[in-house]
Amino acid sequence: MTMRKFLSGAAVLGASLTASTAAFAQEAAEAAAAVPNPGNNAWMMTATVLVMLMIIPGLTLFYGGLTRSKNMLSTMTQIGATAALAMIIWVMWGYSLAFGDTTYEGTLGLFVSGGSYFLAGTDASSTAATFTDEVISKYVFISFQMTFAAITAALILGATAERMKFNAVMLFVPIWLTIVYFPIAHMVWAGGGLLFEDGALDFAGGTVVHINAGVSGLVLAYLLGKRRGWPQEPMMPHSLTLTMVGTGLLWVGWFGFNAGSALEADGSAGLAMINTFVATAAGALTWMVIERMAGHKGSALGFCSGVIAGLVAVTPAAGNSGPFGAILLGILASAVCYFFVAKVKAKFGYDDSLDAFGIHGIGGIVGAIGTAVVYQPFLGGPGDGSTALGAQLGVQVFSVIVTIAWAGIGTLIAGLIVKTAIGLRVTEEDEVNGLDISEHGERAYN
Amino acid sequence: MKYIIAVIKPFKLDEVREALGGIGVAGMTVSEVKGFGRQKGQTEIYRGAEYSTNMLPKVKLEIAVADSLAPQVIETIQQTASTEAIGDGKIFVLDLAEVTRIRTGETGETAL
Repeated sequence: MTMRKFLSGAAVLGASLTASTAAFAQEAAEAAAAVPNPGNNAWMMTATVLVMLMIIPGLTLFYGGLTRSKNMLSTMTQIGATAALAMIIWVMWGYSLAFGDTTYEGTLGLFVSGGSYFLAGTDASSTAATFTDEVISKYVFISFQMTFAAITAALILGATAERMKFNAVMLFVPIWLTIVYFPIAHMVWAGGGLLFEDGALDFAGGTVVHINAGVSGLVLAYLLGKRRGWPQEPMMPHSLTLTMVGTGLLWVGWFGFNAGSALEADGSAGLAMINTFVATAAGALTWMVIERMAGHKGSALGFCSGVIAGLVAVTPAAGNSGPFGAILLGILASAVCYFFVAKVKAKFGYDDSLDAFGIHGIGGIVGAIGTAVVYQPFLGGPGDGSTALGAQLGVQVFSVIVTIAWAGIGTLIAGLIVKTAIGLRVTEEDEVNGLDISEHGERAYN
Repeated sequence: MKYIIAVIKPFKLDEVREALGGIGVAGMTVSEVKGFGRQKGQTEIYRGAEYSTNMLPKVKLEIAVADSLAPQVIETIQQTASTEAIGDGKIFVLDLAEVTRIRTGETGETAL
């Protein structure tokens, strides 16, 4: 709110006191409450750039280190360019479809909103609602949500690494965002959205970000086919050092992701913060313990994988769980993700290159369903017990099924459009030479 | 003259070098190499997926000696480099036709 509006609010307050009418005072109090609290705004701007840190350099290093050295730059550039493209699309029509000011009546309103194209009607004084009667600056809210769209699109690339054409990525991303991401974000997080109205709990994006990206990655990996030589030839990560650096940056950035989703610097953000510490710690140690139980050594990559599994699982539960519920969720997600990455992938033979589905998709499903359990007060969750465990479980399972179906079918459509139009995959020669040289004309290491 | 090539475990290098110095070996060439024998490499595990790397890091020694010293050199390497475990390496012995010291132009055993 600008100073001019603030002053007019104060004038109304003065008038109401003179008139001594309760109705006027009430109205004035409401008008005054619409000023963003600088503390909340400052935290949300910080949280937003923390999520940006997760994309570059967090995810670029995490994924880049896991690829072979000849595909390092390709992996990083695809992530960077995807995020940049998503940001531009977000302000043109993405924000509008997900959170726009025009809410449609009936069925259409369950899936998208409208208005606000090119951020029409938004200026520096515009505000967005939080979960209390506080507000934050609308530009901050738009930016915060923009980083979510950007990282979700980039996460998919972990399933398609080392073989997808750069221009195919650049064509896939806008189509996918439009028909998959924006509707799902609206369904889960916007008033009037299908799953929001249904009561689905998704604090920071278990369904919107992780299940969505994981399932989309799996579908796209099937459309692309396996990398040449996989799984017969060894395709070891070329730098687990960089993967470890990326893991650390992701963990740090995730505090913006999870604690930022409280939309205020309040106790709920604090709860999300401690949960993001402990669920992740539990996930990391669990993965290493399972490695030992499987007769191997506790590995660096195991640690990193467990960190991500824990982070993913606690995302929907961040503000919807007590710390010990979060630990349980971290342990469970890590174990289930290990099983999918080490056993199920080999059995079904899908080439989910960097385990985008195995960790984000599966971890997201465990987290989303588990949130119904850890939300309950008997596990120290913040729920008031008004929603029975069984009922909440039903709601969570429904939201997972809707997300899987929407992401799966939407990605299939987007992928087939790109495949038909320009092809998804690089030539065999380009793949063998590595995408750094063949797609970008550069080498990561000289 | 004999040309002795020994492939040994890297951590045994210092011990072997010291022992050979003790019996009068004046010089050697050492390289870091990779290879495999009966040990057949090792297995690395990434996120539960096994990769067998069939090349292991070893150290290769190349030593030129007079015929009279050769048996002692071979015995010394064999005894010092042995851990009695698989992958200890091998010693190859070749006849050496000629040696020339570049600085002086000397040839034969005096050039060793």
